[in-house]
Amino acid sequence: MELHNKKKTLLTIGSIVLLFIVLTWMQRNFDGYKIRIVNLCAINIILALSLNLTNGFTGLFSLGTAGFMAIGAYTSAILTMSREVKEMNFFMTPMSPALLNINTSFFVALLLAGLFAGVAGYLIGSPVLKLRGDYLAIATLGFGEIISVIFTNLQTITNGALGLKGLPEYTNIYWSWAIAVLVILGFSNLMNSSYGSALKSIREDETAAQAMGINLYSHKILAFTISAFLAGIGGALLANLLSTIDPTMFRFFYTYQVLLIVVLGGMGSITGSVVSGCIMAVLMEALRSVESTLDLGFMILPGIPGMRMVIFSIILVSVVLFLPNGIMGEKELSLMNILSKRRSGANESTRG
Amino acid sequence: MSLLEVNNITIKFGGLTAVSDFNLKLEKKEIVGLIGPNGAGKTTAFNAITGIYKPNSGTVVFDGIDITGILPDKITKLGIGRTFQNIRLFQNLSVLQNVMVGHHLRIKSSFISATLRMPGYVKEEKAMEEETRELLKRVGLIGLAYEKAGSLPYGQQRRLEIARALATHPKVLLLDEPAAGMNPQEANELMNFIQQIRDTFDLTILMIEHHMAVVMGICERILVLDHGITIAEGNPEQIRGNQRVVEAYLGVEEDA
Repeated sequence: MELHNKKKTLLTIGSIVLLFIVLTWMQRNFDGYKIRIVNLCAINIILALSLNLTNGFTGLFSLGTAGFMAIGAYTSAILTMSREVKEMNFFMTPMSPALLNINTSFFVALLLAGLFAGVAGYLIGSPVLKLRGDYLAIATLGFGEIISVIFTNLQTITNGALGLKGLPEYTNIYWSWAIAVLVILGFSNLMNSSYGSALKSIREDETAAQAMGINLYSHKILAFTISAFLAGIGGALLANLLSTIDPTMFRFFYTYQVLLIVVLGGMGSITGSVVSGCIMAVLMEALRSVESTLDLGFMILPGIPGMRMVIFSIILVSVVLFLPNGIMGEKELSLMNILSKRRSGANESTRG
Repeated sequence: MSLLEVNNITIKFGGLTAVSDFNLKLEKKEIVGLIGPNGAGKTTAFNAITGIYKPNSGTVVFDGIDITGILPDKITKLGIGRTFQNIRLFQNLSVLQNVMVGHHLRIKSSFISATLRMPGYVKEEKAMEEETRELLKRVGLIGLAYEKAGSLPYGQQRRLEIARALATHPKVLLLDEPAAGMNPQEANELMNFIQQIRDTFDLTILMIEHHMAVVMGICERILVLDHGITIAEGNPEQIRGNQRVVEAYLGVEEDA
């Protein structure tokens, strides 16, 4: 058992070191466009895990991700922009003076982005989590839209519909992947702990979970708050990657995209969210080619903007039809398992 | 004073009175049976004791504490465990995890310490797992610890559900039709099993059961419900000879 744990720790550290060697290589050899995709992979992973926690692991069908992302993105934007940039942005209505001079490091900004989103999650969760199933989905969806409307109207804080431009581009592949790795590790620890089992038991059977002495409300709100916290951090990373944000960015469409990643990867699978988060980030860009003019040799197809989304919808429909549990279902893949399977396989072959 | 006292509870669903004026006193280490035809209100009475329904009137007192209408998880924490008529296991979790969930209510470490795997939590988890394995050994499911609960054969699922309830450290265990669908041999094993856990865990057991061999075999006292009304109470001998009970089950003979 001890040996097993030591081996596991070594493997984890080894793969993290390997990952960062690869990332350094990418940083040196990739152009800005490709690096942005690598960043998006990490952000997708964080957002997908956030949504998977409520929808896949706890069985709460929540659709509030975009709202929490908006809170995180705006928090980080306001905290990281310098006074000069803020003044340039707020040319219609001046920014409230209390916020004008605030300027923190990116780390603090990320943390506060997560915390604010988490607090919002807690406050929204208290009344909303009394609802079940579809009703919860509708209520959280409404929350996302409300945030978007509020941010459009809070002129002195968010610059309203004009959005914010010129955010410092702090997000690089080290920041985004370091956070993604931390989130994955913490997430799998939590899910393998008895808290994780308790959350899964709520998904499996609420009545039985409650009869086992599990306080439904406190566990649901725990999942919801952590989910909001992660979405806030994801939103902040995204804001400082794109350097431009506005309230319409964080409408339902973004939640839908994250939901797509979760469903593709498998509800209730960490590995699934990681794999499909990366696939989505790459596919979203790779499929841009279908929107440009295509020369098939015998005919020329004019580019149709929006074709990507058609293809995505087809992918989604096929996944739901042929792989209803997503790529991974509820299964997990870890190096440890692969290695031990190899070994047992090898043993069998020597025996045979 | 009795361990569990149910005083005059009445439960109505709209115009239907499911249980009326139900009284029950459980003494320590007793095994009591609750029988009656389908729809008599047995499970409803169970649900009122465990907090799933709030009775319209009457009180439930457990160990000197009034638990009428408080939430099911609080009642479990106080020491009343239960199983369900239609098995409600966490199908996609392993046997081990199912029982571990039963231990979760006593956890002291916060979720943060679980996320960071801090020594305090790791120690607690180790103790939990050891206790779970011990329990699984006792109920004879240790060999299946890593199987999905949903993939177990029926009889073992019943057994696992009891083990899971035992993990919450109950003083009173409520079993809802534990022998349902079992053949005579399985039922026999179950009887031995129930008596054995009563002795090892110092339990007081209240069970709903239709399997008469089981009820007559292990219950020291039996209550009979019909249409929500308690029509008889006594030891197996008295119940067997009770005219009203026979009528409730077989119907009344009418003169043509």
